[in-house]
Amino acid sequence: MKFGQPSTLPRWAQLTVLPALNLMAALLVTALVTWLIGENPLECLEILVKGAVGYGEGIGYTLFYTTSFVFTGLAVATAFHAGMFNIGAEGQAYLGGLGVTLVVLAFDTVLPAPLMVTLAILASMLFGAAWAFIPGWLQARRGSHIVVTTMMFNFIASSLMLYLIGHLLIEPGSQNPTTREFGASSWVSSMQAIAASVGLDIPATPLNASFILAIVASVLFYIVVWHTRWGFQLRTVGVNDKAARYAGINVTLVILLAMCVSGALSGLAAVNELLGSTHRMNVAFTNGIGFVGVAVALMGRNHPVGIFLSALLFGALTQGGLDLSFEKPVITREMIIFIQGLIILFCGALENLFEPFIAPLFKRRK
Amino acid sequence: MTDIAIELIGISKSFGAVKANEDVSMSIAKGSIHGIIGENGAGKSTLMSILYGYYQADTGAIKVHGRETRIRNSQEAIRLGIGMVHQHFMLVDTFTVLENIVLGAEGGMLLAEGMAAAREHLKALNKDYSLEVDPDAIVGELGVGLQQRVEILKALYRGADVLILDEPTAVLTPQEADHLFRILNALRDQGKTVILITHKLREVMEITDAVSVMRAGKVVGNVFTRDVNQEILADLMVGRKVILKVNKAECNAGDAVLDVKNLSLTDERGVKLLDSLNFTVRAGEIVGVAGVSGNGQSELLEVLAGMLVPTTGAIVFKGEDLCARRYRHPRAAELRKLGIAHVPEDRSREGLVKAFSMYENAILGYDDTAALSRGPLFSRKALIERTRTFISEFDIRPANALLRVGLLSGGNQQKVVLAREIDANPELLLIGQPTRGVDIGAIEFIHKRLIQLRDEGKAILLVSVELEEILALSDRILVMAGGKITGEVSGNEATTTSLGLLMGGGSH
Repeated sequence: MKFGQPSTLPRWAQLTVLPALNLMAALLVTALVTWLIGENPLECLEILVKGAVGYGEGIGYTLFYTTSFVFTGLAVATAFHAGMFNIGAEGQAYLGGLGVTLVVLAFDTVLPAPLMVTLAILASMLFGAAWAFIPGWLQARRGSHIVVTTMMFNFIASSLMLYLIGHLLIEPGSQNPTTREFGASSWVSSMQAIAASVGLDIPATPLNASFILAIVASVLFYIVVWHTRWGFQLRTVGVNDKAARYAGINVTLVILLAMCVSGALSGLAAVNELLGSTHRMNVAFTNGIGFVGVAVALMGRNHPVGIFLSALLFGALTQGGLDLSFEKPVITREMIIFIQGLIILFCGALENLFEPFIAPLFKRRK
Repeated sequence: MTDIAIELIGISKSFGAVKANEDVSMSIAKGSIHGIIGENGAGKSTLMSILYGYYQADTGAIKVHGRETRIRNSQEAIRLGIGMVHQHFMLVDTFTVLENIVLGAEGGMLLAEGMAAAREHLKALNKDYSLEVDPDAIVGELGVGLQQRVEILKALYRGADVLILDEPTAVLTPQEADHLFRILNALRDQGKTVILITHKLREVMEITDAVSVMRAGKVVGNVFTRDVNQEILADLMVGRKVILKVNKAECNAGDAVLDVKNLSLTDERGVKLLDSLNFTVRAGEIVGVAGVSGNGQSELLEVLAGMLVPTTGAIVFKGEDLCARRYRHPRAAELRKLGIAHVPEDRSREGLVKAFSMYENAILGYDDTAALSRGPLFSRKALIERTRTFISEFDIRPANALLRVGLLSGGNQQKVVLAREIDANPELLLIGQPTRGVDIGAIEFIHKRLIQLRDEGKAILLVSVELEEILALSDRILVMAGGKITGEVSGNEATTTSLGLLMGGGSH
């Protein structure tokens, strides 16, 4: 079965049964490996789930990670709807971070908070979009394969940022490759503060207003892709570019715009990380969120609801995994990445693995 | 019976319900050039694929040099001395001629040894058949004619006694075709057998010794070329089919809507796909374009619809030269706005997005219609309402606007496209293969709708490989062959024979 080919299953089964089976298969293999290294799989699962959703701080962290994954997941999905596999969300988020850093370092002492934050958000989108535009242009005009170019652009982004942070943006006199702390006017308010303003008491976590922005972005994504002219053209180009040319759609323009929107969404992940949590730029802030975004989009079937749910899963896994490696030193951070890898393998690369087995069940019922 | 190279006895082959070959028998004499002619879909290629081992016949037998054999794959065919030159070359562009020829027959562990032997062998072959191919040239840098000769060399190198050529001249210039024929003659003189698949009558008359004519999967004639002429072959090839009768009033043509002047299209290899076309389509008439597919009709439609840009010439639509126009949007979009609607030949890959629902397909190309949107958003209600009108007006079944279009039958898919294009109230309708893969009932409906449109004073340019359809609908008929218009006949006077002759590139 070809990648991205429409399934023979009913839609609801495609969206629920298949991912559930894939997830279970991944967990089963994980359990086996956990058992092999001498741990009790059930106990580990319990710690993981409790760590992710069992207490206030855990939930906060889970949702904080979820926020970034929603942005990068939507980014990958946007490009995918235009028929392109943008695996450069990592680099685009990195560059989005550069945009944020530049405007904040320049203006955080002069601009008032709302203006500063808006400007930083716009900068993150602009820089992310620009970084995605180049591979998009190369694809549309020169035929360079987007997978290769976006991948390369991740490396370029990484090297560029190492240089910029290490040599130009580094806090004077510091030994750490980070910038100075951003002025408070650029901080995106934390969820704790927002909840407190309506009288709710929730624990202090990095979870911030970007989470609301992610939900807004998801809703907008749905409306634009399925209810506007541009979304219609985007999807037409993505599934049948011959029909798009027949219809008189400017395919090049649609591809370029899709890549820009994709990059802008990736860039927003930097807002969550930098303005919502660390309040300074450091070299490793993206930490794989772009790559998780690919898995999130695949598993979420490029639909905002699916993307949100799978982002939540990966968010929970990240947070629960950290707790688990804290409690069980045998289960290191590498083990958590290993589990993530399994989930990506089963839900992404092998997304239709079980389809032939369950398809007959649904055929008989018709 | 040593003088028979290949004998096919009662070959039948079905693909599902379609009988591609039905009880086909023919014998091909050793040392002759044997033509197999027929319209598209007559079953020529299927038959040769069976002979070359790509397909297995359902029933029937193949004798090679008098011995009955089973040919299970192309390796076995090659071992039996059968070689094939495909219409689309199977060459590695970045390799040299020599490398391409030894590919798959390298001979030994080390390349150098096999190559040296191949070089000697090649030199001899080159000389024997005056192929004039440089063994060290890079294949990708060679012209089409030379690449074809590399394919011939490849087959000969593998010891082919019987050489099958599938539409070899389709991609060649006349000069290259002449050279090819000289080579084929040389092959015959050396005792090789050549099977030539073609639909060009001129070639058959010029070079073959015997001809098998195929129509609708059957052999309708095995004749010696010296006993027949082009008229007889055209008659056999096209047959006298029952003509679908469409009642229509006298043509009442008005002013010219479309005026095509000296229109040419040359592809990147320099092949002329359209060659100095001149014709007019007037309001209230249907102009049919007949021809064996692949003779420029598809390109003509795409050029007129704005999907391809012509190399030279003028397309005058209602007095304005569209070629001189400056386009801010893709041409196809702007031409639609001017009043040129297009029902493409390949409806399932171009005219529709199969994964989309019917109501989304109903706006393909017309998504900017103001009535369909409220602000920046589509009005889903308006979209579905529009589709419901199409459904009731064109009797589209099932009558469900939300259904995925890929699930509709061919005829109903075509009705969706037709409804969409006619709804735009165009001045000129370009329509390709309106009834391909469409059931009888829908054919009648579509034909009536086209006549009705004509009577409303619209201009229609109809491209079809179905001669009956062309004859039933057209007020005037243009025949295309090799990218040129080879003849124009009035709809009343044309017969399948006269069209068949023009389609084969023959003279009237």
